[in-house]
Amino acid sequence: MTRSIIIKNNQTIPLREIPVLGYDEFLEYNTSLLREHYNHCVNYFGFPQRNEMQLICCIANDSEHEIFVSSSVIDANTTQYSFTKHHLSFHIFERELAEISGINYCDHPWLKPVRFPADRKNKNSQIINYPFYNSHSEELHEVGVGPIHAGVIEPGHFRFICNGEQILHLEIQLGFQHRGIERLFQEKKKLLQRTTLAENIAGDTVAGHSTAFANLWESLSGFKADDDLQFSRTLALELERIAVHTGNLSAICTDIGYQLGSAVFGRLRTPIINFFQNWCGNRLAKGLIRAGKNNFPFTYNLREQLTQLINQFKPDFKEMYNEFKNLPSAMARLEKTGIVTQEQARSIGAVGMSAKMSGISRDIRTSHPHDFYKNINHEPILKKHGDVYSRTQIRKEEILQSIKYIRGMMENIPEENKNRNRLKSPSPESFCISLVEGWRGEICHCAVTDEQGELLYYKVKDPSMHNWLALALAVRNNEISDFPVCNKSFDLSYCGHDL
Amino acid sequence: MLENIKILIHQGKQYIPYVTTAKIPGIFRGRPVISTSHVDEQALMELCPTGAIQKNPMRIDLGKCTFCGECAIAFPEKIKFTTDYKISSNERERLIVKEGEDIPITLDPELIRKEIKKYFGDSLKLRQVSAGGDNSCEMELNACGNVNFDMGRFGIEFVASPRHADGIVITGPITENMAEPLQLCYDATPSPKIIILAGTDAISGGIFEGSPALNRSFLEKYKIDLYVPGNPIHPLTFINGVLELIGKRKG
Repeated sequence: MTRSIIIKNNQTIPLREIPVLGYDEFLEYNTSLLREHYNHCVNYFGFPQRNEMQLICCIANDSEHEIFVSSSVIDANTTQYSFTKHHLSFHIFERELAEISGINYCDHPWLKPVRFPADRKNKNSQIINYPFYNSHSEELHEVGVGPIHAGVIEPGHFRFICNGEQILHLEIQLGFQHRGIERLFQEKKKLLQRTTLAENIAGDTVAGHSTAFANLWESLSGFKADDDLQFSRTLALELERIAVHTGNLSAICTDIGYQLGSAVFGRLRTPIINFFQNWCGNRLAKGLIRAGKNNFPFTYNLREQLTQLINQFKPDFKEMYNEFKNLPSAMARLEKTGIVTQEQARSIGAVGMSAKMSGISRDIRTSHPHDFYKNINHEPILKKHGDVYSRTQIRKEEILQSIKYIRGMMENIPEENKNRNRLKSPSPESFCISLVEGWRGEICHCAVTDEQGELLYYKVKDPSMHNWLALALAVRNNEISDFPVCNKSFDLSYCGHDL
Repeated sequence: MLENIKILIHQGKQYIPYVTTAKIPGIFRGRPVISTSHVDEQALMELCPTGAIQKNPMRIDLGKCTFCGECAIAFPEKIKFTTDYKISSNERERLIVKEGEDIPITLDPELIRKEIKKYFGDSLKLRQVSAGGDNSCEMELNACGNVNFDMGRFGIEFVASPRHADGIVITGPITENMAEPLQLCYDATPSPKIIILAGTDAISGGIFEGSPALNRSFLEKYKIDLYVPGNPIHPLTFINGVLELIGKRKG
């Protein structure tokens, strides 16, 4: 008997085709898949089915471009054995399941609240009473930071246990940004409302999340995206990568007190986001990506502008980066700071830059290509050391790689399809998964529809879901004064995590 | 050292000299203009994802608008977004643009508290609180202080501690989980103090309006000194709004 159905990225299947296993077999099957390094869990969630709970687990095989989808139906009021016991990367999914449905795991090592959602099962669990790990030591001290931080950034609470200046342990408490997005996807019925929600999941990943949503919605509706739609989405994703990476290099310079780098990288981001505004009227690309249509076709005039912009950007960027890289005082702050080993990164299921920094080749553009990535032979940029400098280098090299891709793509702009098919309504009783490589890493949206084709469940996974734990591990044994630069080098999303 | 000077020369002057009169290039969606032509009003209203469009008379509430521009694409003869970025006001009603009107959005000088100009006219330090913001308004607020927009030239800056601040800038629809930290931050700010709501989410809840995960009761307790619409706000919208509030805007 087949224990899973094998599908591709952006494939819609009837819900009933997903094999339903007994929980023990479901656990054994999925955890054993992760013994192979080329497999990782892209999403694992549950939704109410009659009086029970249907769990769906999606394991991606990165070398064969396949996704194994399996499921199990359980009573949420029972105690279960955890996947996490076998592979730590499941920890966040199971914590999420426990928080929402009340499933109790008897052997989960870290069964703590994730985001204190409005529809959580245990209303006594309050954000103010988060159960922090505690040292009860006379020698060690604790440092609490946040939820409101010193800069203009989002809220989250960091609790350090330190020995003098040295960090022994960091626990990150999130949830402050929780807006109830997944539930709103079900409640707001208009497509434009849902698109707007996708655009507002994380304002620094507008192209990433709105592409994930558009691709998913088109697949559910049996709509094949024309070349010009795919082109725009891919271009937007690569531009977003350049913009955010450049801005982030500025932030890293700020955090080590390097004023010139901070100012120059900061200003280099401006023309890129202003190009988004020229293209679609919004500096962060809100309004650009729509399922089944394109309100802002990419014109030859825009190509001229972008070509010129990149020609000016690249030498300025390289000049600044080289100066920065040759500064011993800057490198001293970045090298060997905030290390995550490959073993750690693998065990927590790190994605995107947080995987690539320690040599793990995990990039949806290669492993499960969508849109124009099918035509680009993308090779992920990998580094070995897993430190702040590795993450800095990845940014710089990805920026140059994105420039190369954009130049290549612009040589052949697909014609706008003026007689586009109209979007139909989504197919009933179906399941669809959409994976996109945002600048931060792998974004995964999943949807389940009911008998009428209405959304029964919508699941969003931002790469930060996996990667916040990488930050907590990175700062161990580092000076607490290096925390800001470590944090910035990961640049994780609070709102993407909290939803 | 020589390399540094070379970089400075290559970068040239990046700042926008006149932030009150600068033109925004491209197709920015700022203050909309609604014509008096007849369209299917019901269809137009239903199109809007946040219920920002209402009829009798046809109007758009910029406090609710996400500036997606879909209404202008579907009904180009009825709605046009101009590049006018000066859309901040201190009166909620003034954010509502009615059909047949093409007049700038301004602050009501009568409503500006007297102490604001006196104390904050030359120096305004702000504490930002993201309460469910999606990091887009936060990035644009950071951009206000970068070398391009350089809000610091007017003495307007973001500070780390509420104790050093003259007011707070709220982004996001205000989540239940941030309601208490927001209150603590406001209480820690010494009086007199101002409150600025930056972005559609903060002003009305935006697309998140009605979510059970929000708690907007904070806003019922205090007078709001400035509403800055946008999704996200444009740095020029924010800077011009604040300059008008503290009586420093020329042009």
